[in-house]
Amino acid sequence: MNTTIMLFLLQDGITNGAIYALLGLALVLVFAVTRVILIPQGEFVTYGALTYASLASGQMPGTAKLALAMGVTACAFDLFVARKALHGRLILRSVVANVVLPAIVLALTIYFAAQKPSVAVCIALSLVIVAMIGLYLYRIAFQPLAHTSVLVLLIASVGTHLALQGLGLLFFGAEGQRGPAVLSGAFTAGSLRFTGQSLTVYGITIAFIVGLWLFFGLTLYGKALRATAVNRLGARLAGIRTTLSGQIAFLLASVIGALSGIMIVPITTLYYDSGFLIGLKGFVAAIIGGLVSYPLTAAAALFVGIVEAFSSFYASNYKEVIVFMLLIPVLLLRSLAAPAVEEEKD
Amino acid sequence: MSALLSVTDAHVAYGKVEAVRSVSLEVGENEIVTIVGANGAGKTTLLSAIMGILPLKGRVAFAGRDLARLDIEDRVAMGLGLVPEHRELFVTMNVEDNLELGAFRIEKSRAKASIERIYTLFPRLKERRKQLAGTLSGGEQQMLAMGRALMGEPKLLMLDEPSLGLAPIIVADIFRIVTELKASGVSVLLVEQNAQAALKIADQAYVMELGEFVLSGKASDIAANERVAASYLGFQHEGASAI
Repeated sequence: MNTTIMLFLLQDGITNGAIYALLGLALVLVFAVTRVILIPQGEFVTYGALTYASLASGQMPGTAKLALAMGVTACAFDLFVARKALHGRLILRSVVANVVLPAIVLALTIYFAAQKPSVAVCIALSLVIVAMIGLYLYRIAFQPLAHTSVLVLLIASVGTHLALQGLGLLFFGAEGQRGPAVLSGAFTAGSLRFTGQSLTVYGITIAFIVGLWLFFGLTLYGKALRATAVNRLGARLAGIRTTLSGQIAFLLASVIGALSGIMIVPITTLYYDSGFLIGLKGFVAAIIGGLVSYPLTAAAALFVGIVEAFSSFYASNYKEVIVFMLLIPVLLLRSLAAPAVEEEKD
Repeated sequence: MSALLSVTDAHVAYGKVEAVRSVSLEVGENEIVTIVGANGAGKTTLLSAIMGILPLKGRVAFAGRDLARLDIEDRVAMGLGLVPEHRELFVTMNVEDNLELGAFRIEKSRAKASIERIYTLFPRLKERRKQLAGTLSGGEQQMLAMGRALMGEPKLLMLDEPSLGLAPIIVADIFRIVTELKASGVSVLLVEQNAQAALKIADQAYVMELGEFVLSGKASDIAANERVAASYLGFQHEGASAI
């Protein structure tokens, strides 16, 4: 292998690794705050990517209707739970957030889909639609189970992944799609060629990581999320609602997923089930980070991306096997370094 | 005048085992009430149930409102605060962040003034404000836990074994602060194994044994009681009355 090929592979690995880093961070965030191992993170990627690609090609994405259907269900859940103490403000708030908002977004989607909207509109609509799906998914599938064990939450997570993947097939069909580049153009530096899209990936990843760092370090809501992750009972005693923390975590995770999808879909053809594998690679990074460490997860994600790029060059048939095999020594080392702990109860 | 906190015929169970049986108590405005009793008597269980951490059978009213349907966060918003035995601090966050989060439901401008008040009350916390909570000493952690609860501007602060495992000089400091809280208009429900210190500063007292209150009344009368003196204070009064 000469230096040029090595640099190419390194560049490719870093681009993919940047996406895995975002997904890994989202997984760590959701697990730390809600104890949910978010398997459907991959579906947020696919939904974001394919909603964006559908809109860009002038098609109406089914995800906008799904958001409304899930919103109506979430509203019904809210009203049922509060049935003995219903009051006007609560009903209004729930209806606006869960029914009116997705209905407006659906109307906008129908309107814009008919006239091949600009890239910016496609991105904005895709992000809003997937963000709503993420938020309602938490309300419907995970909030009612918030007090249960990690295992129950994992089973719910697998269930929602399967349901969303099936719905993905229904909405987008079995054919793969590609979307327009967010930023076109390219330039060369030495033997390396940088496309506008890969620069977008780097830029957005760095911006998101810095943004998350500022959010967690400086804002009260960011600190509340960290507090919930550190000590759930302590957070509740300080008046921080764990449901609010869960909602913020799912909102961030779904936006990160959708954004990752939008960044990948101009580079690779994505299918309704592609997100799962991409999400799993973020998961490998998150596991290397012990599902707690953000910097370790980001570094591990870059490593996963680079290993993947090199193994696709040397043994492309085994590239997934090699990536997932990374987990075995990590888990072995972790199990030797730290004894098994009982699950925390609160 | 109606009581600030009123618990009527409360039962708390862990599965089939009843840890608190038919307990009733009242805490008035501007009052320190203590519950003393041996380890395992059910004191912590009772406080946890009043806060909504454990399910309770019976009636709990705070500021005239039934708490049955309210969760922990709602109770905090109403002005009920708990400093639990294990403190439940955000150990990987610094002192200032812990305090700031205590005022999560309070207006930002008021929270800023509150933090200065807490620093006046606990000057040690000001010195350590950038230090991670997990690296503080036991006494400092107790001060931080109390400070965080006070940041929420509670009308009633429930303290669960605040002196546990602390050096006598720190314990004296904490009890001094509890009396200062009363002077500033905060009622306190104090659960303590250190009955002597608790009865000295309390207005009313309850003695708990095996999940039930066996004695209640003015703290000074309870302290003078022969059985209490023998069981919890470690000495016999001359001429103290029997229960």
